[in-house]
Amino acid sequence: MNEDDVDRIDRNRRHFLTVATAVTGAVGVGFVAVPFLSSLKPSARAQALGAPVEVPIGSMEPGEMVRVLWRGRLVFVLRRDEDMLARLPDGIDQLEDPNSEVFEQQPDYAVNATRSVKPEFLVVEGSCTHLGCAPLEDFDVRPAENWGGGFFCPCHGSRFDLAGRVYKGVPAPTNLRVPPHRFVRDDLILIGQDTGAA
Amino acid sequence: MARIEAEVGKPQGGFMKWIDDRFPFTETMKYHATEYYASKNFNWWYVFGVLAFVVLAIQLITGIFLTMNYKPDAAQAFASVEYIMRDVEWGWLIRYMHSTGASFFFIVVYLHMFRAMMYGSYKKPRELLWIIGMMIFFVLMAEGFAGYLLPWGQMSYWGAQVIISLFGAIPGIGEGLVEIIRGDYSISDITLNRFFALHVVVLPLSLIGLVFVHIVALHEVGSSNPDGIEIKKNKGPDGVPLDGIAFHPYHTSKDLVAIIVFLMVFSAAVFFAPDMGGYFLEHANFEPANLTATPEHIAPVWYFTPFYAILRAVPDKLWGFILFVLAVLLPVFLPWLDRARVRSIRYRGWIYKTALSVFVVTFLVLGWLGTMPAEPVYVLAARIFSVLYFAFFLLMPYYTTIDKTKPVPDRVVYHD
Repeated sequence: MNEDDVDRIDRNRRHFLTVATAVTGAVGVGFVAVPFLSSLKPSARAQALGAPVEVPIGSMEPGEMVRVLWRGRLVFVLRRDEDMLARLPDGIDQLEDPNSEVFEQQPDYAVNATRSVKPEFLVVEGSCTHLGCAPLEDFDVRPAENWGGGFFCPCHGSRFDLAGRVYKGVPAPTNLRVPPHRFVRDDLILIGQDTGAA
Repeated sequence: MARIEAEVGKPQGGFMKWIDDRFPFTETMKYHATEYYASKNFNWWYVFGVLAFVVLAIQLITGIFLTMNYKPDAAQAFASVEYIMRDVEWGWLIRYMHSTGASFFFIVVYLHMFRAMMYGSYKKPRELLWIIGMMIFFVLMAEGFAGYLLPWGQMSYWGAQVIISLFGAIPGIGEGLVEIIRGDYSISDITLNRFFALHVVVLPLSLIGLVFVHIVALHEVGSSNPDGIEIKKNKGPDGVPLDGIAFHPYHTSKDLVAIIVFLMVFSAAVFFAPDMGGYFLEHANFEPANLTATPEHIAPVWYFTPFYAILRAVPDKLWGFILFVLAVLLPVFLPWLDRARVRSIRYRGWIYKTALSVFVVTFLVLGWLGTMPAEPVYVLAARIFSVLYFAFFLLMPYYTTIDKTKPVPDRVVYHD
């Protein structure tokens, strides 16, 4: 390039072409990124494996709890006895969300005093709402320790009552999640599906 | 610049000249080794960079051999690690070298970072060098975390559960982000598979790239030294810094001694205490992952526990996450938080010396607290020490300004 050519450069045009090329390239990269990022989402098989699980409850004794896995997540099914149900209203002022107002933590049909479809059967995910550890069941009442029975997370000390409601002043922000579920028969719960007759 | 000789076919100065005309081999060796001058008063704190390089090599080599027998499959992973331990010839040695190497990587890197804080190595013009180093540290943390999931033991599973759940604390995007990290609705075979890809491909490649850039940046600005002076300011008539000696053969032969001593300590750990009493390999991880029960006592590996203690000290999910991230990120800003005019602790006043000593104790105590159960007395202690941790960084612009410093010499000084 000689000196005469330098004067003839249209800098505006060159700038426009530079920007236009960069923007076109960026749009292209954006489009190509979509399939790669989408491939990181749960695959069709992972979604299919999220199929509902059946829990037979006919032989469960009052006070008994079973653990099942749904979508690889731990779910507690607790058959509360009369004494447990009677204790639910106790210490309600120590709870963070006693009336289940955080709507994404349970389906509408579990927004009630027992957080359940049938008062006896509590169905909650056994995953602490803090950082996902499995809480331990501790149903004994120990008034000296101000413990009315419920769930205790060994990782960071979060506490929940017998309806999976979180106590104030612990790291877990919300109540244990109630998964979608329904009673297929009186002795069978289907976890992961709630369409149809509840 | 080298150029191809016009007279084709005639030998012109031998094999090295043939190479150098086509690839800057001799030039590169001179620039990075035989004519790279580092201060002659290096003390033993200056060996940890080289040692980190040695551990990286150990991890890469043992890691490659482990992938030849390991299966990234939730149904087979735990058994394949046991297979390596029992049935593969010398497999136990290769695996213990790798697991011990992970802990030694952090020991060496923490000491390397402490050296930089003690001698002000991060100060101008080495800010970028420090930031690249911090990026290496972050990638190393991700690498250690991804690697810990692979044996699919109890602590692998539940540790990953806790740390991945952390991202769920981010308002709005948290839940979606967690799903993309796991690739499933819970930690599963899919998660294990992608953590394997991260651990053996993505993160090691990033690590090697960053280490390369770290060394390029280091050789541009030059190594710091225990006196915190610029040796390039005093050059002899030959243009060589008067206080500098060539990296090779002088520093390399000294480093060789350090490497041998390091390998002695490393071997002792590999052969006599590969689990280091539950600190390098946690006891719960000798059981396969059980999705229905969290271990009674859950703690990350020791190199994450100082930050984990800070996370646990906060009784709120989102704030716990924020302070955890802040605690990890804050050292990045040291070059600007530190307002002192001198680099080295040798010429700083009592305030910085005290602050740095308190910080070291704080870091160690937080590390210990992070391994303890979440009982009130430990949580209270973690709160107190978390405040000290943040105070060290956030009050630094103030206390380094008022601290009285001593005059810095022109040339390096030897202390008997």
